[in-house]
Amino acid sequence: MNQFHYDSVEATVSHDEQVRDIDSAKGVSGDRIFKMITLGFAFSIILILLLITVGMAVESIPALKQFGWKFITGSDWDAVQGQFGALPYIWGSIVSSLLAILIATPLSVGTALFITEIAPGKLGGAIASLVELLAAIPSVIYGLWGILVMAPWLQRTVEPFLVDHFGFLPFFRGAPYGVGMLAAVIIIMIMIIPIITSITKEVLLAVPKSQKEAAVALGATKWETIRMAVLPYGRSGILGAVVLGLGRAIGETMAVTMVIGNAPQISLSLLDPAYTMPSVIANEFAEATSKLHSAALMEIGLILLVLTLLINIMARVLIWGVTRQRSAGGHI
Amino acid sequence: MTNKIKIQNLNVYFGETHAIKDVSLDVLQNRVTAIIGPSGCGKSTLLRSINRMHDMVASARVTGSILLDSTDIYDRSSNPVLIRRRVGMVFQKPNPFPAMSIYDNVIAGYKLSGRLVRADADEIVESSLKRVALWDEVKDRLKANAMELSGGQQQRLCIARTIAVKPDVILMDEPASALDPLSTLKIEELIEELKDKYTIVIVTHNMQQAARVSDITAFFYLGELIEAGDTRTIFTNPEKKQTEDYITGRFG
Repeated sequence: MNQFHYDSVEATVSHDEQVRDIDSAKGVSGDRIFKMITLGFAFSIILILLLITVGMAVESIPALKQFGWKFITGSDWDAVQGQFGALPYIWGSIVSSLLAILIATPLSVGTALFITEIAPGKLGGAIASLVELLAAIPSVIYGLWGILVMAPWLQRTVEPFLVDHFGFLPFFRGAPYGVGMLAAVIIIMIMIIPIITSITKEVLLAVPKSQKEAAVALGATKWETIRMAVLPYGRSGILGAVVLGLGRAIGETMAVTMVIGNAPQISLSLLDPAYTMPSVIANEFAEATSKLHSAALMEIGLILLVLTLLINIMARVLIWGVTRQRSAGGHI
Repeated sequence: MTNKIKIQNLNVYFGETHAIKDVSLDVLQNRVTAIIGPSGCGKSTLLRSINRMHDMVASARVTGSILLDSTDIYDRSSNPVLIRRRVGMVFQKPNPFPAMSIYDNVIAGYKLSGRLVRADADEIVESSLKRVALWDEVKDRLKANAMELSGGQQQRLCIARTIAVKPDVILMDEPASALDPLSTLKIEELIEELKDKYTIVIVTHNMQQAARVSDITAFFYLGELIEAGDTRTIFTNPEKKQTEDYITGRFG
């Protein structure tokens, strides 16, 4: 409407002025303004990341000065004595995330394969929507279910069984509390399955039909077609999906805090309570009244941030390595 | 002359669409049979019936029979996987496996069964690549990724992959339509050389190509087999008016 009005005004000006208008290249300068605005938006993202990182680094200086590397290697966490060592939290985060990703990856890839290759159509579609619904459940509900339903079940049924039959392994020793590393691993696993599954599904759907036909025409069975044509073609994308899952797993706060038991200890046993970096931040930020305490929490946040960034960079490098190899030609 | 494949009263449906209508056709051993016809006439659909590729399509339904050496491949007891190991297929667009080397692409069919001694593998790779006249071009970089080859080389690699598993029959679905003229020429020469060992069925929209490479030509129109016979006869003195109209370029 506005544009229209503008045009009708233009029509009344003389021919000369119109020519001059074209020379002044109004549209081009509009493009430049648009470019500057979007560039500003894009830079603001980088700025936010920088501000967060720098802000956290500055705030954690007291802890950095006081403890140095001992902050990462030490396991004492005593706000009253002013002793802060973050190793149990780092351990808890890494172990719970890696174990969860280890179990979730085959489950998710298997589910995605079922949806795309084995049962495409109504059944596969229904399962796909159900999996995506899982992703929509708020974290706190997983936590609530975990603490009220799953943990008692683990305590009464699963963990006694594990102790009785696999108690000779260091991973299944100790008293069955219900809450603990095992509960956290299961909750994280359930929470990251939808992400890994739905991204893997998209990746598998993108595998060209010609690739599957190539394998089928060679006399491949369904499984052999998946192994020979589908998975290799999609491997970089699947890797990306897994890494995204890992990112979510390591940062997951609410549900994990509710079921992991929140005991800062390093134990090989999955039955023992543990603690993660996000959990300690969530639990202690309100009572961190001393400067050193809040600096220690800030430093944990910094470690978490750097760890997450490193995971993502590592993943990009991996994916880049794989995709580069594939796209190094392919001209037809 | 022996019949390698005997297609009898074949009908193919995709949902409600009747794509192949009551087709009967004999394919002779060690001969090249070309299937020609305008787009959408069912050429590729017929070809894909011969190695049961339609099994991959949920809506596809096939009636009638195709005898391969007198066994019906559509019989309930037939295993499509085993049939496809005897009836190889080359596609319109070269489709080597991008995650594999040239070497691994050639022996891909053996990786399925997984029983292959290393020395045998080397020999199979060399003889298959020599057969498709690709050996001299790639022998120094067998471990290189297959996607580094040109389109024409990729297609010859796909043919090598197909003949490596020693099939009886090779189906080719417009194998040269995505290639440049020089690569097309190489593929056509290759077809000529391969027919002493294999029975070849080729779909092509290029009538000159059909005339150059085939012994028998079958003309399809709207899912029906209009006429089949000796290639020279079809191109010089066809029985049916529709065939004549098509090969003289009056329609299609």
